[in-house]
Amino acid sequence: MDSNHDKQIQSLLCYRYTIGQCGTGEKIERKSIESSIAMPQELKLILKHADEPGYGPDIGCYLKHGGYETLKKALKAPGRELPDGKKLSAQEAFRGDVRTSGLRGRGGAGFSAGLKWSFVDRSSGKPIYLICNADESEPGTFKDRQILHKDPHQLIEGMVLSCWANDVKLAYIYIRGEFPEGARLLNRALAEAREKEFLGKNILGTGYDLEIWVHRGAGAYICGEETGLIESLEGKRAYPRIKPPYFPAVLGLYLCPTIVNNVETLCHVKHIAAMGPAEFARLGTPNNTGTRIVSLSGDVQHPGYFEVEVGKVTIGELIFHENFGRGLKPGRQLKAVIPGGSSSKVLKAGEVFSLKRKGADGQMIPVDVPMLDLPYDFDSLQSAGTMSGSGAVIVMDDSRSMVDALANLAEFYAHESCGQCTPCREGALWMAKGLHRLTHGGGRKEDAAYLTHIAQNIQGRTICAFGEAAAWPVLSFVEKFWEEFQARGEADAAARTEAGSGANSNLKPYSYA
Amino acid sequence: MSFVIPKNLEAELDELATHYPVKRSASLMFLHALQEHFGFISNDAAEWTAGKLGLQPIHVYELITFYPMFRQEPIGRTQVKVCRTLSCALAGAAGIREHFCRKLGLDPHAHVPQTTPDGRFTVEFVECLAACGSAPVVLVNESLHECVGKGQADEILARGK
Ligand SMILES: Cc1cc2nc3c(=O)[nH]c(=O)nc-3n(C[C@H](O)[C@H](O)[C@H](O)COP(=O)(O)O)c2cc1C
Ligand code: SF4
Ligand code: FES
Repeated sequence: MDSNHDKQIQSLLCYRYTIGQCGTGEKIERKSIESSIAMPQELKLILKHADEPGYGPDIGCYLKHGGYETLKKALKAPGRELPDGKKLSAQEAFRGDVRTSGLRGRGGAGFSAGLKWSFVDRSSGKPIYLICNADESEPGTFKDRQILHKDPHQLIEGMVLSCWANDVKLAYIYIRGEFPEGARLLNRALAEAREKEFLGKNILGTGYDLEIWVHRGAGAYICGEETGLIESLEGKRAYPRIKPPYFPAVLGLYLCPTIVNNVETLCHVKHIAAMGPAEFARLGTPNNTGTRIVSLSGDVQHPGYFEVEVGKVTIGELIFHENFGRGLKPGRQLKAVIPGGSSSKVLKAGEVFSLKRKGADGQMIPVDVPMLDLPYDFDSLQSAGTMSGSGAVIVMDDSRSMVDALANLAEFYAHESCGQCTPCREGALWMAKGLHRLTHGGGRKEDAAYLTHIAQNIQGRTICAFGEAAAWPVLSFVEKFWEEFQARGEADAAARTEAGSGANSNLKPYSYA
Repeated sequence: MSFVIPKNLEAELDELATHYPVKRSASLMFLHALQEHFGFISNDAAEWTAGKLGLQPIHVYELITFYPMFRQEPIGRTQVKVCRTLSCALAGAAGIREHFCRKLGLDPHAHVPQTTPDGRFTVEFVECLAACGSAPVVLVNESLHECVGKGQADEILARGK
């Protein structure tokens, strides 16, 4: 490995040493702690067994590894009495536990799972539904796939617990159409769970009934958006609904109260039940508790999925450390990082952010944090003007053109807009067309400003957050790599003047089927 | 209607419909099953679905024309879906798709799905297949191929039905 890489590792280790990272819950064994420096490394809660040789998706294997024990215990748990004498049912108590665990949604928005559950309208008399969002289609993300294929029973156990806690009798797993194998494995796992009485009528003799069915999507990204998903599950086009009034917790599936949670979130529910909310909250960092699975792709030596404590590993470590990305390709320098799926705003190598940190006296003081030293968590990335979204990190080195990369993403959004809102439907296509020109020799000097102008007119003016998802990459790429976009347009314009052709004479029209 | 649906498939669909309190919800699952059986969704199949679920035909047609995975015409027996999105693009997905097209005598620049005249292969670009860590990836019918180079692409073609 080149010396540049070594230097980067060294500086990262120094940084970690000076900040000092605390240990973790006793019950969880670390692979190795060689020195007082806490080595950034994986901590596997959800993926504990998934990649062990011989570990399979069948129920026998899951049971052998202690599977469904947590469910058995939870269903038998008595209620709880609070210090003020108030009595909680076992379900209420567990909903409280999920809230105090600090678990935040792993699907994209990072919203508190317990708080979301507390919004459910329990007074309407309508049935409450739960939907597992297994649409996994945010570009860069490939974590839910690991769970669905390798450990489907863990998801089912998490779902049964979540359904029980929320008085849900009917739940669905909405899985993207391009996961046919995942759907088959889930169907088999659900049948196995039914046979063992973990699912169906009178679960484990407790009188609790629950059914879970698999519902397959059919290749549309917008089905990942929770209200689009609900429409799709109702057998319609996945046109997202406007909020208010259509908050799923109140007016969801069949206009009944509905909980939509990501695959990984629901698996965490099982671990919260198993280890207790306090123990769970000791993992990760305050307000960013537990572990999460990071999907790392792009220009690193060792791409893959890594389960880490939230906020205990930096972006730089994810890219460069031996335990994760193992650095860039030989001779390459870092150029840009997309930190939370394609919809998150890009980070530029060398950027420095002012973050609030606790000083020695307990006061919050602003500290300059270089981009690579940003802890990979919800709050730090938000403070840096972006988001950890679906936990997908896409790395780009200095051999890459940001114009080409953005053109690729813009094409994705143009293809995937559901078409309900004019700014999104037209704007996403205009941006893709503009970037197509810019990457095919037909650029203009004003294109950088033009792209920004369109993006600004999409965000905040649409029914669903897809509008932002389409606008943010354009806004951030163009702003942070302005010269590159300018230069491309100017070069094209100059070439045309030289050739004496003002128009885009040689340009093939944009076509995306 | 000349359209005939095998008894066991109909039984399977009837069972699927019981998964939902509202029958219309089953339409996507019906279309998947019908497409799997017939290779595509004919107008007869669409209208049969509508009748079965108590819908107007437009309620089914609007799905077939919205969801990219449904198709109204037969395609190649081996369906090659090359991921086009960023992580795969960085890993050379465009070159892989071009390789498939050139080997099969298809237009390497056309962006639409293309089928070989002998009906063996359909090649198309699709969006992120959620396997970006092993880019570039190609979905061949129902099996995922990861880190696909030209050699592996040739093997896929050699094994194609
Ligand atoms: C355009 C768009 C696409 C989305 N795609 C997904 C997805 O593929 N998977 C997912 O879990 N959440 C996705 N979400 C987020 C969901 O709307 C929803 O917030 C999430 O499933 C809630 O689960 P969580 O609270 O457990 O994260 C998407 C959101 C938007 C706006
Ligand atoms: S923002 Fe885009 S994807 Fe969302 S509802 Fe509007 S048109 Fe559809
Ligand atoms: S970008 Fe190709 S699988 Fe995600």
